[in-house]
Amino acid sequence: MSGFERFVDTFFKAELIAATLPNIVSGMGMTLLIAGLVVLTGIFLGLLLAALRSYRITPITVAIVIFADILRAMPPLVLVLIVYFGLPNVGLTLSGFAVLWLVLSLVLAAFAEEIFWAGIISIRKGQWEAARATGLTYTATLIWVILPQAVRLTIPPLTNRTIAITKNTALGTVIGVPEILNQATTAVSFSGNATPLMMGAIAYLVIFIPVVMLGRAVESRFSWKRA
Amino acid sequence: MMPEGPLLSAIGIAKRFGSLPVLHGIDFSVQQGEMVFIIGPSGSGKSTFLRCCNRLEEPDSGAMIFDGVDILGKGVEINTVRQRIGMVFQAFNLYPHLSVLGNVTLALRKVARKSKTEAERIGRAALESVGLSDKVDAMPGTLSGGQQQRVAIARALALDPKLVLFDEPTSALDPELVGSVLAVMRDLKQRGMTMVVVSHEMRFAREAADRVVFMEGGRIVEQGPPAQLFEAPREPRTREFLSRMMA
Ligand SMILES: Nc1ncnc2c1ncn2[C@@H]1O[C@H](COP(=O)(O)OP(=O)(O)O)[C@@H](O)[C@H]1O
Ligand SMILES: [Mg+2]
Repeated sequence: MSGFERFVDTFFKAELIAATLPNIVSGMGMTLLIAGLVVLTGIFLGLLLAALRSYRITPITVAIVIFADILRAMPPLVLVLIVYFGLPNVGLTLSGFAVLWLVLSLVLAAFAEEIFWAGIISIRKGQWEAARATGLTYTATLIWVILPQAVRLTIPPLTNRTIAITKNTALGTVIGVPEILNQATTAVSFSGNATPLMMGAIAYLVIFIPVVMLGRAVESRFSWKRA
Repeated sequence: MMPEGPLLSAIGIAKRFGSLPVLHGIDFSVQQGEMVFIIGPSGSGKSTFLRCCNRLEEPDSGAMIFDGVDILGKGVEINTVRQRIGMVFQAFNLYPHLSVLGNVTLALRKVARKSKTEAERIGRAALESVGLSDKVDAMPGTLSGGQQQRVAIARALALDPKLVLFDEPTSALDPELVGSVLAVMRDLKQRGMTMVVVSHEMRFAREAADRVVFMEGGRIVEQGPPAQLFEAPREPRTREFLSRMMA
């Protein structure tokens, strides 16, 4: 066997590709599902927390800052393991799917909150004053004037952070969630060949390269001429 | 019948920022239909006083009687009051994410609870009154400063206010654009709008103002009709300020 043949045999073995493809495709479905759910709940929760924080009520602010700091500091894997193996001890058993969704949503919420908050405080004070001077309430001003501008400003950093966190769906593999990496490593352990891992890697690229491109498109679409 | 009192009366308005006293008991009133200019050196508290008139700043003490009601009183629904008091800012403060019409109709929709069609009808009329009918769908960032400030005036007028407060409405404009904004203000005056204007457009004040107030150090030093205040100021401090301004 030549070196090239050995390389092909290790990473691109034809029979294995055919045999593993259905599993990888089903793993892609699972990865997409969790990633989609995490993006929706994480960003919604992050926006809600940032909006709450803007009321500057001290106990709420303190709670949000502590939450955001802890979740941003902790490696997501540690959180996944603590929740998955720890919660049953207090009588609460969640499926691997639910744990992954919950933990990654909270992590994304923590980062999103900080990003949205930075966006909110970067909006000039005059915007608040103009809206309040026409009789809009604090909440109406936040919703109709401040957040639309803050969200546009935060789309580039938020896109990058969201991609980084949704890639953590691969952590599902340690708690038995049948996403891409889990399918790939299972196939590897049966075949003793790295081809399924290469397929998994390609599956991630198939999912995330369009996301990265979409992020770039959204970024330019949402920039507007500042008044 | 109620006797015809002033539309707005400030009584003993005092305000400090931390340990810095900025307003020392301002007494000031504006009659219906009157255009009053407030002039004075930078830092004398003009903006702070103007912002106390619609409670963008909360005075520490005093009363602010607008249309017969002390708007500093407990239980006053300030957001209702603010629909009756328009405000125009030096920096325009248009909403950059909304079209010109969106800027003008936002409060009509969300505060006055008008339908979309009704709000847009009122908004278009307000924009027409400032000569910007052709810009309804433009985004603010594409307009000149003079056009932006006129949109801001239309945004205030759309709510049908009884009083409009102007804080240096032309200070951020290139000189050649100032005239278009002053023309709108002159037109408003002719239509009987009550206005309080912080501005150093002395020539415009002399021509259009009913009264000029000179403020310094958080106090009203002197006030009177423009001809008197500009030609024959009584107070040495007013004279000194005017001579610096005219220099
Ligand atoms: N939000 C604020 N916090 C602290 N100090 C302020 C604030 N706004 C204004 N001041 C101070 O109050 C004084 C009066 O300001 P201002 O009313 O803006 O004066 P003017 O409009 O006459 O230039 C200044 O010394 C200014 O620095
Ligand atoms: Mg000022």
